[in-house]
Amino acid sequence: MSKQYKLIHCTINGKPREVMVDVRASLTDLLRNDFRLTSVKKGCEVGECGACNVLIDGECFNSCIYLAVWADGKDILTLEGLEGPNGEISDIQQAFIDEAAVQCGFCTPGAIMSAVEILNEGRELSDEEIRIRMSGHLCRCTGYENIFRAVKKTMLKRLEAKKAQ
Amino acid sequence: MYDIKALYEARSVADAIRLLQEHPRAQIIAGGSDVLVQIREGRRAGVELVSIFGIDAMRGVGYDDEGGIRIGSLTSFSHIAASPVIKDKIPVLGEAVSLVGGPQIRNIGTIGGNTCNGVTSADSASTLLAWDAVVELTGPEGVRRLPIRDFYIKAGVVDLKPAELQTAIIIPKVSYEGYFGHYIKYAMREAMDIANLGCSVNVALTDDKKAIRDARIAYGVAGPVPMRAPSAEAAAKGRAVCRETVDAFARAVLCDIHPRDSWRAAKAFREHIAVEMARRALTESIRLAGGVIDE
Repeated sequence: MSKQYKLIHCTINGKPREVMVDVRASLTDLLRNDFRLTSVKKGCEVGECGACNVLIDGECFNSCIYLAVWADGKDILTLEGLEGPNGEISDIQQAFIDEAAVQCGFCTPGAIMSAVEILNEGRELSDEEIRIRMSGHLCRCTGYENIFRAVKKTMLKRLEAKKAQ
Repeated sequence: MYDIKALYEARSVADAIRLLQEHPRAQIIAGGSDVLVQIREGRRAGVELVSIFGIDAMRGVGYDDEGGIRIGSLTSFSHIAASPVIKDKIPVLGEAVSLVGGPQIRNIGTIGGNTCNGVTSADSASTLLAWDAVVELTGPEGVRRLPIRDFYIKAGVVDLKPAELQTAIIIPKVSYEGYFGHYIKYAMREAMDIANLGCSVNVALTDDKKAIRDARIAYGVAGPVPMRAPSAEAAAKGRAVCRETVDAFARAVLCDIHPRDSWRAAKAFREHIAVEMARRALTESIRLAGGVIDE
């Protein structure tokens, strides 16, 4: 059979996009190869490690086991989409730095995107809930405690800022 | 790139049936957390796929005309767990599916896929079996319904006819009204792991909460397909709410289950924990139902 393509429309990091995709491509393939969004890591490629995690319509998905054609009509957010207008990093990224939640950095973008999903809920999660919600990521460097601390700290900081308003 | 020969995207259930008739060798793909991994492992090289992922009509939880809980087969585990209907009427199902894989898997994994793959370790399956769920199948001949215990044929094989797909799972009102249940998953890790054994129990007590009106128990990984333990159920039904009843119920499961040795766990170990899990899950179910076990 000849190669099969499909024209899809989606929003990637706030920009509307129109792109011709190979039906055999994963969303990881699409984001890395067509848009050079290399924060989306190729780790296990079977949905276990969480390094390719992105938000689709506000929910976390491992993009390695998500067909690129399924992105049609969807709103996709990768780590690059967290960048401020003048190239600033976001509070959650800064918290990962401050808490030494990064060593080799391979799991970091995926883990931060799970943190973004949690933070977007705008409510206080228990320690147990944070651990469960971050459990879809394998990190071989940090031992997870620093990641947990970075997420919790940012959550509390944002809630405090909201209260002060 | 996945080794896919062709992909056909269905827009409706009727469209899916037509595509499956036109491409009889095609594999259905729902969320893909099993199928895509199998393709990645080279087990389905050159496969043709009919994607039903885009059929939004197959998503969501609500009530049918008879008051049964209707779960669209494409509903993700996280949406089932968050559903007010599930939280209100059958919270144990939300708890069970919250133990599948990790958060990202629960966002993509569907209850239809979890049952159609015919896998004994599926975290939703034992609870659906224990609540007498009914499977709705739609095919060229129309819609048919069958009890989920008849849906499972053998390991990896379910009763899906050619060009047929599972469109919903229904928990009839008589199956959930007055029942309270608890699920226990035994695994090595608390996330991203497959059950060594899964046990789902539910009970309905008499009005005075002193006796067990009905008790139901189902296991995953206690045999090639998810299964009920009828001897245990008989040992508890109509009996007084007390420690002896719970112990008799737990011991009786060994008459029904036949787990095997595997690299995950030994048969003897699975039998040992099966009894303890039955005991704990029944104890918790009785507590949830408002019963008190006299020590």
